[in-house]
Amino acid sequence: MIRKRGSAASLKAPRLPWAVRYVARFLLLLLAVSFITFALVGISPIDPVQANVGQAAYATMSAERRELLQQYWGADQDVVTRYLGWLGSALQGDLGDSLRYNAPVIEVVGERLQSSAALLVVAWAVSGVLGCALGVLAGARRGSLADRAIRAYCYLLSATPTFWLALLALMVFSVWLGWFPLGFSAPIGLTGEVSLATRLYHAMLPALVLSLTGVANIALHTREKTIDVLASDYVRFARSRGEDMWTVVARHGIRNLVLPALTLACGQIGEVVGGSILVEQVFSYPGLGQAAVTAGLGGDAPLLVGIALATAALVFAGNLAANLLYGVIDPRMREATAHVE
Amino acid sequence: MNGSAMEGTPAPSHGHAHADASRHPGGHHLLRIEHLSVSFRMYDSSEPFFSAQHVEREQIHDLSLSVHAGEVMAVVGASGSGKTLLADAVMALYEPNARITGSIEFEGVPRDAAGLAALRGHGISLVPQSVTNLDPLMKVGEQIVGACGGGKMGRRRRAERRARMLELFAQYRLDPEVQDRYPHELSGGMARRVLLMCALMDAPRLIVADEPTPGLDRELAVRALSDLKAFAAAGGGVLLITHDIELALEVADRIAVFRDGTVVEEVPVAAFASPEMLSHPYTRALWHALPGHDFFADAAEGGMGR
Repeated sequence: MIRKRGSAASLKAPRLPWAVRYVARFLLLLLAVSFITFALVGISPIDPVQANVGQAAYATMSAERRELLQQYWGADQDVVTRYLGWLGSALQGDLGDSLRYNAPVIEVVGERLQSSAALLVVAWAVSGVLGCALGVLAGARRGSLADRAIRAYCYLLSATPTFWLALLALMVFSVWLGWFPLGFSAPIGLTGEVSLATRLYHAMLPALVLSLTGVANIALHTREKTIDVLASDYVRFARSRGEDMWTVVARHGIRNLVLPALTLACGQIGEVVGGSILVEQVFSYPGLGQAAVTAGLGGDAPLLVGIALATAALVFAGNLAANLLYGVIDPRMREATAHVE
Repeated sequence: MNGSAMEGTPAPSHGHAHADASRHPGGHHLLRIEHLSVSFRMYDSSEPFFSAQHVEREQIHDLSLSVHAGEVMAVVGASGSGKTLLADAVMALYEPNARITGSIEFEGVPRDAAGLAALRGHGISLVPQSVTNLDPLMKVGEQIVGACGGGKMGRRRRAERRARMLELFAQYRLDPEVQDRYPHELSGGMARRVLLMCALMDAPRLIVADEPTPGLDRELAVRALSDLKAFAAAGGGVLLITHDIELALEVADRIAVFRDGTVVEEVPVAAFASPEMLSHPYTRALWHALPGHDFFADAAEGGMGR
C-alpha cells in the first residue's frame, strides 16, 4: 500500500501545489464560517436594539431614535445584504466596527486574544503534557490500581460540565481557601500597567480548570493508543528479543505515540478555545471567550464574525501544524506531506 | 524408526521417534515440552453481559514436544488453531490472564516463566511472520542492533553489535545501505532476512520461527527456509510453526501434527512415506489429503473437516 505510493501519485491528474490548495481551503473555511455566523445572528430572536439599550430605555424612546438605532445595528436590513456589505469591506481588509465596543473589530479581537493567550497556552500545555503522561502510565500498567484511578478520574471529568467545575473551583479555591482571586485579569480598581506575575496569577485558576477537562480527553485517547502500541507485533517482537517493559516503552512506545499525541494536542486547540468561552464567563475574565458571549447576546454581528474567524484560524493553524509535523516524524509520510488529506 | 546417529545418552524410551539429524548433545533435549496446557481466564461470552462469570478457556492442552539440536522441527496445524500460543509459551510471552501448566526444559534445565523470559534473546530467539514485527518508525539497522543500554558499557555493546550486524549483512548478501532504510522501504525478501538477522544477532541455540514465509509460493518458501536449515545444520535447533504440511515435509526433519490444541503425533518426516507408519487417524487423513495421494480413500476415517 505504502510502497506503491510513488506510482499512485504519478497516475493521478496533476494537482495544484499543496500550499495553494491549503490556502484555498483556508479561504473557503473563513468564507463559510463568516456566512454561517451572519446567518445565525440573522435567525437569532434577539433584537439588538432592545438588548443593548435596555427594556426601560427602549420603551421611552422616540420612534425616530429607534429608527436611528436600528440603522446603527443593521436590524433594518436582511442578513444577506448585511453579509454582502461586510464581505465587500472585509475583502479590502476592513472587518468592520464592533457595535458593542464601538471600536474596530480587529482591535477588539487583538486585545482580547492577547489577554486570553496566557489562559489558552497554559491550559493547552498542561492538558497536553499531563494528559499524555497519565495516558502512557495507565496504558502501560493496564488493569493496575493506577490505571483504574486515572480512568475513574477521566470519566468523572469528562462527564462534568466545564462551567460547573469552574464554579466549584471558584468556591473552593477563591472563596473558601482564598488562594486565588475571584476573577478578572487584574486586581479590581487597578489601572495602568499590570505586571506579568499578576496576570499569570489571575489566569492560573481559569487555566487549570480549562486544562482539567482537556486532560481527561487526552489521557483516555493516549491510554488506548498505548495499549494498541504495546499489543502490536513489533512490541511483541522487541520483548521476544529480551527488552523489558520500560525499554520497550522508551524505544518503541514514545516514538509511535508522538504522532497521535500531536494530532490530539493540535485538535485540542479547538476544544480549549471552545471551553474558554464558558470558563471566561464564569471567572469574568476579559478574554476572547467573554467577548464572544457579549457579542452573541448583543447581536453584534461584526464582532462575532471577527471572533469566529480568529478561532477558526487558530484551529486551522493547529491542524496544519499537526500535518506538517507528521512529515517530519513519520518517514512513511515524508514524501507524502504534500498530499496529506 | 529411531535415528541411527544419536549421541549422548538418550532416555531409553522418551516418547518420540528421531530423524537422522536429531542430536542429544549433553545427553538432553534442546527443548522439551511436557504436558503443556495454556488456558485463559475470561468472561463467559455465552452468558448475558452483566451476569457473565469468569471461565477458563483451554487453548492448548497436554501438549508434549521435543526439539533436538541439529534439527528443524515443524509444528503443523490449521491456521487459527492456536499454534502461535505455543511460541508465546516457549518465550513466556503471554497475557496476564493466561494460566500455564506443564513443564518446559531448555538444555536439560526446567524453566519457569522468569527463566524462559531470561532466555529471550539469550538462547531462544524468535523469527516472526512479517515486516509488521519491525517498528515502522525506526531505521532497520537500529532495530537489528537492538537495545544496548546507556553509558560506556552501552556504547561498547553497540559497537560490537554493529560489527556483528555488518558481518551478517555480508553473509546474507544485503547491501549495508539497507540499514538506513525504514521497514516500509524493504522488499519482502529483505524483510525476511532482516527479521532472521534480528534473531541471529543474539547467537541463539534455538530459533522459534512462527509462519516465517507467509504468502510465498512453495519453491520460494523452501528457498527462504534454507537459511533456517543451515542454522540447524550448524548445530542449532529450529521450532518451525506453519500451516503448510507440504512445506514442512520439504524442509523439516521431524513433524509434530497440531490439532485441537495439542500435538497428536510427533514423527520424523520419513514416516510420511506411507500411511501405515502414521498412527493417528488425523495424521493419516492429512496424508491422504496430500497431492498425489488418494484423497477419498478414507476421508471418513479421520474427519478432515475441523
